[in-house]
Amino acid sequence: MELTTVWFLLIAVLWTGYFVLEGFDFGVGVLLPVLGTDEARRRTLVRSIGPVWDGNEVWLLVAGGATFAAFPEWYATLFSGFYLPLFLILIALIVRGVALEYRSKSDVTKGWDRAFFWGSLGPAFLWGVAFADIVRGVPLDARHEYTGSLLTLLNPYALLGGVATLTLFTLHGAVFVALKTTGELRDHARELARTLGLAALAAGGLFLVLTQLSTGTAATWAGVAAAAAGIAGAVVATVRGRDGWAFTANAVAVVAVTATLFGSLWPDVMPALDPANSLTVHNAASTPYTLGVMTWVAAVFTPVVLAYQGWTYWVFRRRLS
Amino acid sequence: MDVLDLSRWQFGITTVYHFLFVPLTIGLSALVAGFQTAWYRTDNPAYLRMTRFWGRLFLINFAMGVVTGIVQEFQFGMNWSAYSRFVGDVFGAPLAMEGLMAFFLESTFLGLWIFGWDKLPRGLHLATIWLAAFGTTISAYFILAANSWMQHPVGYRLNPATGRAELTDIWAVLTNVTTLATFPHVIFGAFVTAGAFVIGVSAWQLARKREVDLFRASARAAMVVTLVAAVGVSLSGHWQAQIMTRQQPMKMAAAEALWEDESSAGFSLFAVGDVRNGRNHVNVQIPYGLSLLATSTPDGRVEGVNDIQARYQATYGPGDYRPIVGLAYWSFRLMIGFGGLAGLLALAGLWFTRRRRLPANPWFYRIAVIGIGLPFLANSLGWIFTEMGRQPWTVFGVMRTSAAVSPGSDVAEVAVTLAGFTLVYAVLAFIEVRLLLKFIRSGPEPAGRTDEPVDTLPALSY
Repeated sequence: MELTTVWFLLIAVLWTGYFVLEGFDFGVGVLLPVLGTDEARRRTLVRSIGPVWDGNEVWLLVAGGATFAAFPEWYATLFSGFYLPLFLILIALIVRGVALEYRSKSDVTKGWDRAFFWGSLGPAFLWGVAFADIVRGVPLDARHEYTGSLLTLLNPYALLGGVATLTLFTLHGAVFVALKTTGELRDHARELARTLGLAALAAGGLFLVLTQLSTGTAATWAGVAAAAAGIAGAVVATVRGRDGWAFTANAVAVVAVTATLFGSLWPDVMPALDPANSLTVHNAASTPYTLGVMTWVAAVFTPVVLAYQGWTYWVFRRRLS
Repeated sequence: MDVLDLSRWQFGITTVYHFLFVPLTIGLSALVAGFQTAWYRTDNPAYLRMTRFWGRLFLINFAMGVVTGIVQEFQFGMNWSAYSRFVGDVFGAPLAMEGLMAFFLESTFLGLWIFGWDKLPRGLHLATIWLAAFGTTISAYFILAANSWMQHPVGYRLNPATGRAELTDIWAVLTNVTTLATFPHVIFGAFVTAGAFVIGVSAWQLARKREVDLFRASARAAMVVTLVAAVGVSLSGHWQAQIMTRQQPMKMAAAEALWEDESSAGFSLFAVGDVRNGRNHVNVQIPYGLSLLATSTPDGRVEGVNDIQARYQATYGPGDYRPIVGLAYWSFRLMIGFGGLAGLLALAGLWFTRRRRLPANPWFYRIAVIGIGLPFLANSLGWIFTEMGRQPWTVFGVMRTSAAVSPGSDVAEVAVTLAGFTLVYAVLAFIEVRLLLKFIRSGPEPAGRTDEPVDTLPALSY
């Protein structure tokens, strides 16, 4: 396999890890006003992601760093082009992170709860917008600089992508809360998961089918089917009270959605409206030497990271009461 | 202001701000780990209470370091896309390594440390804080390797076909002599920062006669750490300056307001200069000082601003290769001055607290509290010096800052994000300081509670 392919896959894996993990902690934030009817519940909700959210967010930072190292042109075009949406995401993540850390240390929590909610909702929506725009293609010039405006990025298809990730992550949060809590809070989360499942199927289904109609291949159709099956499985398992299976099924759905999007991109990394200016895995990539070095680093350290992050989830596996 | 100026202000503000939290994180994580190790080995509950008291303050600071660090990962792409395209092949590698090897380590194990008091065996729990502390330190190594490459690019070649820098030797980048000197300088600086913080907070408590044993022990430990680290900062800084004299003579010349090449150059203590005409009106010097420091011989030749400017024009073409001399001169001096004062404070503190004593003079406590700010000033001035002193280059000798900025950005966009980050950062600084004060005032938790996460305010002791 070519190293550029390896790195395309690895970056897809990093984004997948990010969405599977931070997806549920975004969802917990979005559901805070609904599920957190009193202070004890709100504290439980925040506590459910307390030990892990920061580690989850590192997947994003590593995805960013890996893109810089492996596909500098992609990194440069994406983050300078999607300037204001990225700025909003960064502000949201800053405010949200501080809220999660400072909430338990403050006397007044209302402001932090608001920050946690908006800081979760914003990125959960905007990442979908951004990925929809990446897949759809944006105006790039011959130097690969983005030539559109903010409004170019806020087209109906991209906004639908935002709704799709928002509902999917919110569902992910609901099944996570059902898995991590007991009693009324758990019942409430399971109830919500059913409704959210239908919303995610509708929004995500429409978004992925539209994506398929323009860029679909047999493989990505399989991804769409897996996503739908995952969401449906999550709903069914929730109804049957199998919280672990529900969370697993929905994690499969998040993996399938991300895989479908990256599958639709390949072999481009950022298609341009004029295909001559598109960034591909070849023209955006670093040299084989850099990719080779980074492949060794990733091959050694990724399993180590997976092992200790997995162990963390094992340590904190019990339900919070 | 144009896009370049705004982008530079944004980088300066977000990066200096981020680096207020980083050194305290690096130093304090190790100090907390040290206190916890003392508890593990002696079973003395006082060490446990120290661990948890300083641990809480550490976490308040750590959160700010983490969230402001997110911006650092992306702003190269946002505001400096031309730079990112040009250097990504080289510069991206240490950044990605930092994420994979350091960020995961610190965030994951800190989560385990905060919430794992009742879930992990004591030894394993102790290991989590050491691993988190280790993560913060290797994070510094990789980012300094990336920065050092901008100061002194090695292990690369320029590809004429693509016009990009390409990595040829990762080992050369990771063992760049600039990195090897900068890393200890930054790490020792981090320990001075954390040490002065612990000294100042302890002094505040001691002045009020609260928990005297606990805070005297904390202060003594911090004084030893600060003093040793201050010596380390000076020695590594000296080594760095000698390297800088060879690699970036213009930065050294500006730092010394040395205008002409000179053998037996004196070390300037105070100068008032005329930048336009390239000379000093007043210059109080220690004879031979600069030559001795920079070249280790009293008659060593040190290059001056005007002569280097002429040589660089011959090498790199027409242009102004001088940084802002006044800024370089004063930031360099004040960095040394503030850092030195922090070291002296620790030395005085060790003397005043010798043999179970406590300082009698209330001024000692006041000065110690004010002294918390000294390393923060020194750290910030050090970065301002080293980054501003490299101008007009972003990668020394290879890429100018003016060529690095995102070509597609417009003034309105960059102004909006500059204002946005600055505003949010200012509000967060206010909240952070208030929270620190609250936790400092509330003091350590009563003895006995060990299972609660370290992320809440301790219950009041009655």
